[in-house]
This record gives sequence, structure tokens and C-alpha cells, in this order.
Amino acid sequence: MVLLSSRWRCRLLCFLTILLLPVLGVVSSQAADGTTQFEQDVALLVHGNFRQKETAMDKIAAGNDPRAEQLLRALLGGKLYRVKKDGTPVYVTGTGSRVSITAVLSGKDLGTVKKRTLKKITINNRLRGKLRGELALLGLRSPDPGKRLAAVNKLMTSLNPESIKVLEQLIKTETNGKVRKELLTARAIVMLKDPDSNTRLQALTDLEGNLRPTVKNELARLLDREKDKKVRQKGEAVLASINAKIALYNTIEKIFFGLSLGSVLVLAAIGLAITFGVIGVINMAHGELIMLGAYTTYVIQQFMPASIGLALVLAIPAAFIVSGLAGILIERTVIRFLYGRPLETLLATFGISLILQQSVRTIFSPLNRSVSSPAWMSGSLQLNPVLSLTVNRLTILVFALLVFAALYMILKKSAIGLQVRAVAQNRSMARAMGIRAARVDALTFGLGSGIAGIAGVALSQLTNVGPNLGQSYIIDSFMVVVFGGVGNLWGTLVGGLTLGVANKFIEPWTGAVLAKILILVFIILFIQKRPQGLFPQKGRAGAAS
Amino acid sequence: MKILRYLKTDIGGMITLGLLALVTIIVPICNLLVPETSGLHVSTFTMTLLGKYLCYGLLAISVDLIWGYLGILSLGQGAFFALGGYAMGMYLMRQIGSRGVYGNPLLPDFMVFLNWQHLPWFWHGFQWFWFAMLMVVLVPGLLAAVFGWFAFRSRVTGVYLSIMTQALTYALMLAFYRNEMGFGGNNGLTDFKDILGFSLQTDATRAGLFIASGLALAAGYLSCLYITRSRLGKLSTAIRDQEDRVRFIGYRVENIKLWIFTFAAILAGIAGALYVPQVGIINPNEFSPLASIEMVVWVAVGGRATLYGAVVGALLVNYAKSYLTVAMPDAWLFALGALFVLVTLLLPRGITGLLRKKEANR
Amino acid sequence: MSVLESMRGFMRRDQVFDFLIPVVPPDLDLTHGVILYLENLTVSFDGFKAINDLNLYIDDGELRCIIGPNGAGKTTMMDIITGKTKPDSGSAWFGQEINLLAMDEPEIAAAGIGRKFQKPTVFEHHRVIDNLELAMTGDKRVWPTLTASLSDEQRDRMDEVLQTIGLERQAGNLAGSLSHGQKQWLEIGMLLMQNPRLLLVDEPAAGMTHQEMDRTAELLTSLAGAHSVVVVEHDMDFVRSIANKVTVLHQGSVLAEGTMDEVQNNQQVIEVYLGE
Repeated sequence: MVLLSSRWRCRLLCFLTILLLPVLGVVSSQAADGTTQFEQDVALLVHGNFRQKETAMDKIAAGNDPRAEQLLRALLGGKLYRVKKDGTPVYVTGTGSRVSITAVLSGKDLGTVKKRTLKKITINNRLRGKLRGELALLGLRSPDPGKRLAAVNKLMTSLNPESIKVLEQLIKTETNGKVRKELLTARAIVMLKDPDSNTRLQALTDLEGNLRPTVKNELARLLDREKDKKVRQKGEAVLASINAKIALYNTIEKIFFGLSLGSVLVLAAIGLAITFGVIGVINMAHGELIMLGAYTTYVIQQFMPASIGLALVLAIPAAFIVSGLAGILIERTVIRFLYGRPLETLLATFGISLILQQSVRTIFSPLNRSVSSPAWMSGSLQLNPVLSLTVNRLTILVFALLVFAALYMILKKSAIGLQVRAVAQNRSMARAMGIRAARVDALTFGLGSGIAGIAGVALSQLTNVGPNLGQSYIIDSFMVVVFGGVGNLWGTLVGGLTLGVANKFIEPWTGAVLAKILILVFIILFIQKRPQGLFPQKGRAGAAS
Repeated sequence: MKILRYLKTDIGGMITLGLLALVTIIVPICNLLVPETSGLHVSTFTMTLLGKYLCYGLLAISVDLIWGYLGILSLGQGAFFALGGYAMGMYLMRQIGSRGVYGNPLLPDFMVFLNWQHLPWFWHGFQWFWFAMLMVVLVPGLLAAVFGWFAFRSRVTGVYLSIMTQALTYALMLAFYRNEMGFGGNNGLTDFKDILGFSLQTDATRAGLFIASGLALAAGYLSCLYITRSRLGKLSTAIRDQEDRVRFIGYRVENIKLWIFTFAAILAGIAGALYVPQVGIINPNEFSPLASIEMVVWVAVGGRATLYGAVVGALLVNYAKSYLTVAMPDAWLFALGALFVLVTLLLPRGITGLLRKKEANR
Repeated sequence: MSVLESMRGFMRRDQVFDFLIPVVPPDLDLTHGVILYLENLTVSFDGFKAINDLNLYIDDGELRCIIGPNGAGKTTMMDIITGKTKPDSGSAWFGQEINLLAMDEPEIAAAGIGRKFQKPTVFEHHRVIDNLELAMTGDKRVWPTLTASLSDEQRDRMDEVLQTIGLERQAGNLAGSLSHGQKQWLEIGMLLMQNPRLLLVDEPAAGMTHQEMDRTAELLTSLAGAHSVVVVEHDMDFVRSIANKVTVLHQGSVLAEGTMDEVQNNQQVIEVYLGE
């Protein structure tokens, strides 16, 4: 996750660099003899002895040529060579006797050559240490705040007492708040090692509530060696408050994962809540309607592999229609004949679920299919050093809420919603009022099934798509509906999210499987106390049970 | 004897039991005494298969008792079946002794494989046959009693109850899949060697198990017949049709349900215990919701609220399953699915319902 | 309480689990001649007060009719008496000793209160005679029920009830095959088999022909005396034909009480029934 986010940041940086290149070109000072200062420095670096190299390094690092960083990095990594024949400085990539080289100054690809024809630019340990610091500082002076931020982060790992001067200087000039904050952190970390206890106290104040792992480690180290009582006390307090904060964010993260799981449950269960709650029909094929939605996504993606994102968006209405029509078909051909016989409906729809599963197995093969996620759904949102939210889960959470809201509006505000509610409350009365109950049943069923299809689209982004996809969700969905209260949308929402969060909180102690079992046991016990669920509703299903 | 009086009025039951007696006597004879070259010889494979069906028949009766007569559609009857099976399996595992692959005299192979040092506490006692048999009855019975006590006391009925039973078996399946549970995880218990000192590989032992299954089915049938024809049986159908009314004439509906539910669970457990030595394996798949719901369809096909219907259904559906899974593996689930739909839509009284036209026309 | 103590309580041999204790109600104490006390009962569903401060007393052996417009709380009142609904406040006593609010349906039924539902509820898949057998008073625990068989006295009792409700010829038929009126009678017959002290009869005349209604009226009046009978009914002619005392419920409480004539001339009752 972190990796992806940094990739994204890199992309941004490249973009900025390209934008800034011309500017930088102008700025880099043109030396009198036609060669730039940078080129002279490089020449010195490549040909000089260690002392000269050091001078050259210092100069390069202090300058602001955009090629500096790559150069110094290559030097540090042992990738900087010069061609023996003409002394051209080059970067080397590849290993073995033949390597490919790139000119340092022009950036031109010079093809592959025998390694023998090159001479490595060597450095000693002292230079290596210095080089690291300079590389860090180089980034710190970059005009790009993102680069500076990255540099500070890097610097954190190699701080030494000398860093403090540079840091002080940088803090004075830094305008970007984020970078400044990190610089202050870095300074405080250095200050922790200061012999003066007041400085250390000051550092502790600066570090209060800082969530970087380095800070935590430094504080622990400080407490190990600290003699001064006052500093010790303060250090302990700061560390404790940091730990508390981390625990808080961990909890938030857990809640997020729970909500994410819950949103999936809600998506899966909400269609069921409609068919089960509103028309009193228990549809065991609901899971397979979810599966159909997921396969619809898969098929659409097969047709347009170039635009995954668009395919996904198109899959939403498509899955709604496919699953919805399948639902209506099931209602018209089977369920309609079984109204008032809930147990038989259960069996018949179970049969349908078997048929659907087997059909998919026959058509698509029994193997799992993977559906790809569009770029905008990958990556994660790094809120602070300990808390990051994955974008696809976040998207699905938001999506689930949107679906819920839409459904809620349909049922509460639209004419068909009114009819559905009327039929749910009193079927014969609704018919007497001229509502075509049979049509409403079919439409309700279609709506619930369509939502199942949409749930399938969402699920395809989280797991592999296979014939057993629906099966694994059906019992959970029922638990949500039973827990939340049959026929109650709010109950489904609250029930689903609660169960999701509860699951994630139990999981760390017990493992995923046992957590699931505990939840099931909990619901069995819960039904004891409130047989009608969290939000009981009087309706046909309520009266029948 | 009341039971004989009841049986006299149950013509289908008499036929079923008569055929059962015939099969239980003839099949072992044809297997053991008739030479293999003869056309009348019944192979051990066939006998074992038939024995398996008899266990299914007993299981189907237990489903019918609570669904057909009491109106509780349990989608978790397989859990009790599997628990009985595991109890028997544990006994059989302990009988292997040091003949296992790892040769550990105390620990079954899978525990050695998992580097366990001690036998878990719940495996103690299973070296004795009587103890295992006690557990075959007690474990499913207790689970059913506890579950039922919670469910029936708070008046969970109808589809809610069905879903809860399904959740129960699902939870157990998840649990038994875990290696840490100590029941062999995915692979379950297998590689059995002998039972009560008789090798499971010999035809005679197989025949013995077959006869035991036949007897168990007959006993189960008669006990269920006794229950359903007694006043308690009449009450249970009354509960199925008008639960409130039964309460208002002064019966504790939850207790009636609890006893019958528990009894059915014990029957299922016994069926499982007889099943395991014949098929030679028990694994968590027996807990799967699909397995349980298949049992319901046997009863639906045969015709619920007739005990012989349940037996007939179990035999027919399983014969079809055995045939189809070999002949057309893909078709089986289609057929099973279609069976669910067609039976509920077109044959609500099952196959035996067709035969009982007279009653149907009332 | 320590674990040990609670364990000791758990292990006591003279005590069994609640669900194993047979239903043995205290004897009915009718020293004041009143069989049913309902006092200050209030029950509300979702804020709507179905029963509002209801006070009602039924004398031993009395036949009382309860009338009232729809939603007056008649069925809810019966639900409270039979334990189906628990009130928010108030008290309900059966005789002097038996607190109905502390009991559930089977206990109340065993204590001697029988109830006929608004919609006839008989066991349609059983024969008429089986319906009566199931309702018969006796040990209603599980095991005794399993081994029960009919004694001669019990058979006589069933024949007697069959005669009372006029279903001798249908005794062997399935209850489901009976006509609507016959089902009503069968249900009353089932009540009689329970041998209750108090019968609650919800709309016994609904859906009956005139002849059937007359027979029902006859049946109910013949029951009064030996039993207390509370009849909830809409049909005024029917009520007039059986009642000597009528209670009018309105909005969950008693509006008027008296003979049919008194009630019919009561100004408030006229307003409620006919509008302002």
C-alpha cells in the first residue's frame, strides 16, 4: 500500500521535474569558458584524488544542477565510471563483462561496452558517509517540496549531531508547512542526544504526539540511557501519549476494515432485506445473483480490456439488469407459486441456486476468474505514518452507502416504493386500493436481485470471481438481515456495519474462522433476546414469524 | 403391543420394513455365501453402497420426524450426522494404534504430523467402544438440546430457525476445517483398520455393518412410528399447523419441540456412526450446508410426513446421485437443483403422495 | 455469590431446571365470588394505547358479553388474560391467588382459562376426535403424552362433549373438512375438554347462519354457571340473546357496564357507536 502511494508520489515528481527542467537549465550558471560549473566539478570528481573528489562532491552538492542527485547517488552506489580511453564519465547498468553505459553529462545512451574499457570512480568510507549526508541535504534544498519531504524522511535515518546546523538553517527558510514539520522533527531527534538536559526537554516537547516510527524508537533509546529524572519523566509521558495515539489510530484502522467488511455485508444483504423483508420471501439464490453480477463485470471487462475503469462503471447498470432480470424470472416462474409457503420457497430457491452455480461452472469453468481493478481504485490514502486507508475499500464503502441511500430514496419517495411498502404492510388492502400486487412483487424481487448484482460488481473488486462466490456470502447476509431486523433497511445498514466491525475486532484474538463462529453464536444468542432483530418491523414477514 | 397396532395401519411402512428385512437378510447371504461366479452374487462394493443408503434412510427419517411432523425445517441435520460420524471415527482412529504411518501407539497420524505431543483431552475414552457409542448419542443429543433450548424457548420459528440451523452447521464446518480443532482438519479421519477387533476390510465385517444398518433403520423407523402415532405425535403435527393453539390448550410447545428435535438429532448421530465405518472416512464436508439441505430434498421427494416416504426418497435420490455423478458428473447438480424446484412446485406431497391419492382427494 | 455456592445451587437434587418442573398452579380461590380481576391495565404498541387503565371484574359462573367498536382493545384484553401479551402496568388475578401476569400461556391454560380465537383455529389435519383428545385436561408434559392412551372415562367425556357441540356424526372426520360454524363449535368443544373455569370466547357467531347462531347461543348459556364465560361479539342480536350483563369497551377502557337495555340507552355508548 505504502509502495503504491510512493509510486504515485514519484509520478507527480517526474511530472514536476519535467515542468521545471527548462527553468533549471536557465538558472544553472554558465561558466565563462563554455562549460558549466557542474561539468567542471564532474571532471574533477572523475579524475581527481580523494581530496579533490571531496571538494568536487561538496561543490556539486551545494550547487543546484538537476543532474547532481543522480550523479552522487551513482557515486555512492558504485555505478559511476569513466571511459578509460577518453575519460567520459558514464553511468553503468547491468553486470557481467558487457555492460551498458549512459553519459553523465548529456544523458545519452552510449550502448554496451566491455567492462574492461571502463574505470570505476572509487570513494573511501569517509567520503561515503559524507556523501550520504550530502545526498540528503541535496534533496532538502530542492525547489520541489515533495522532493524536500522525501529528503527529510531519508535524512531521519542518518541523523548525526552535525545535521543540526543544516536543519536550523533549513527551518529558517522553509515555507512549506509539511516539510517544516518534518524538519522540526528531525531537529528534535538530534536534540535528544544533546548533552544539555534543557535542550532534551525542549526536544521532547517538539516530539509530542509525533507518530513516526523513528521517533518512537528514538524515545525508547533515550529512556534507556537517560539519567536526568525530569527528562526521563517527560520522555515517558511523551512516549505514552504517542503509544496511546498509535493505539487510537490502530483502532480507527480496525474500524475502517470493519466498516469495509460491513459495507460488503450490507451490499450483499440489502437486496435480501428487500426480498425477505418486504415480500416475505427467503431467497436462497440471492448469493448466486451476486455471483451473476460479478460475472457480468468479468464479461464486460473481457470485452473492453483497454478501459478497465469504464468497464467497471458500465458493469454497475449491466449487473443490475442481468441480476434483476434473473430475479424477475425466478419470481415469475417459481416463487410466485409458493407465496405463503416460506419453507418450500427456501427449498425451491436453493435448487435454483444450485442450477445457477452449475451453469456458471459449465459456461466459465469452475476456476476462479480475476477481475482487474482500475488505477483510480488502487493505492491507498496515507493519512499519517500509522494510518492508511486502501482506496478500493474506501470506494466500496462509499459505494455501499450510495446504493443504500438510493434504495432508501426509491422505497421512501417514489411511487413504486410506496406501492412496495403498501403491499408489504397489507397485501389484500393494497390490492383493494388498486395496486397490482403481483406486479409489485415481481418488481420488488427484481429490485432486490438487481441490488445483489451491484453487490457482485463491488465484490469482484475485492475477491476472485468464482462459482462459489455467492455461497460464501449468503449465510452472512442472512445473519445481517436477521440481526438488523427483517424488512428494515436501517437495520440492515446498522446490522451489517456492526457485524463487520465486530468481526474485525474479534479477529486478532481468535483468528478469522473462530471470529466468524463467535459471531454466529452471538447472533443465535441475540435472537433469544430480540427475535425480531435490532429494529423490528411489523409486516408480512414479521407477522409470519 | 401398541407399536404393532400402529404398524398395522401403516401399509407403506409394513411394505418398507418387509423389504428392509428381506434385503438385510439376503444381501449379506448373497455376498458371503454365494460364489462370485454366480449371477446372484452381490459384490462387497454393492453391499457397502446399500449399507450407506440404509444409513441415509435413517437420517431421512430423522429429518422427516422434525420437518414432516413437527414443521421444523432443519437445514443443519447434517451436523448431527457428522458429529455421530466423528465420534465413531475417533474410536476407529484409536483402534489403529501403532499401525499408523508414523507408528505412534497413542497419537493418530495427523497429530504426529502436526507435531502434537499429547492426545487432546477430548480424545480420551474413545479407545473404548462403549464410550464412543455413548458419545455417538450424547454429543449430537446435547448439541441439539442446547441449540433447541435456546431456539425454541425464544420461539424462533419458520425460516429463521432454518437459517439458524444452517448457520450452526456452517459454523461447525468452519471449526472442523481447522487443524487446531484436533479432528484432522480438511482430511478428517480416515485409514481405519478395524472395529471391535474385526478388520474393516473383510467381507464379513462389511456384512455385519450392513446388517447393523438395516437393524438401526428398522428400529429408528419403529420408534418414529411410535412417536408419530402417539398423542405426542398428534401434538407435534398440531404444533406444525397451529402452534399458538397448542400453547393455549396448555402444552409446553418448546419442551415438545426440544425432545423431538433432540431425538431426531440422536437418530442422525447413530446414522452417522454407522455410515463412517462403511465409507471409511469422515471429513468436514459432511457439515456443509449443501449436505444438510440434500437430506431435506430426500424427504421432499419421498413425501414428507410419511416415514416410509422419507426412506424411499433417500434411496431414490441417492441412487440417482450415485448413478449421475459417475455417468454425467456435471449433470448431477443440475438434476439436484431441478429436483428441488420441481418437487416443491409440482409434487408437494412427494412420490408417495402420488400413491396416496385417496387421502389427497379429501 | 461465590462460584461454589452457585454450583451447589446448581447441583441440588431437590431442584430441577425450570423447564422440567411440571405446571402445577395454586388452587383457584374463589372466596369472594369473583373469578377474574383486571385492574389498571395499560398496554401500548408503538405509542398507541390499546388498553388504557382498564378495570374489569368477572364473577364466578357469570356469562359476560363484551362489545365495543373495532380497536376498542377486546382482543388485546384477551391476549393479556391468556398470557400472550404482557401489559405495561396493572394487574390481572385469576381468583384470589393466581397472578396471571407471572405466568405464560400453557400455565394459564392449565390454571383453568380456555380461549377461543377470533378465527377458528382447530387442528385441520387431525380428526375431530383427536382435536378433543389433544385438548383434554391431564398431564401435559412430554413423556406422559408419549405414552398416553385413552381411558374409558376419557372416552365418555369426549362423547359427552361431542354431543354438546353436536358433532357426533363428524367425530371421525378431519377437522379441516368441517364447515366454518362446525369449526367454531369444535373449538368450543376443545375448550370444554380442557375443563376450564373461565372461557374466553372471541366472536363465536362470526360467519354463522341463524340456526347455527341460535345453537351457539344455547351452548354458551348452558355453559354459564358451571363455568364463567366471557364472550366478545359484534353481532348485537346475538349478544342480546345470551347476555344478562354487557361491558362496553372503548379506546382501551370500560365505557359502560350493565344490562343490554341499560347499555343501549347509555348516551355515551350511543355516541361511540353512532358518532356525534
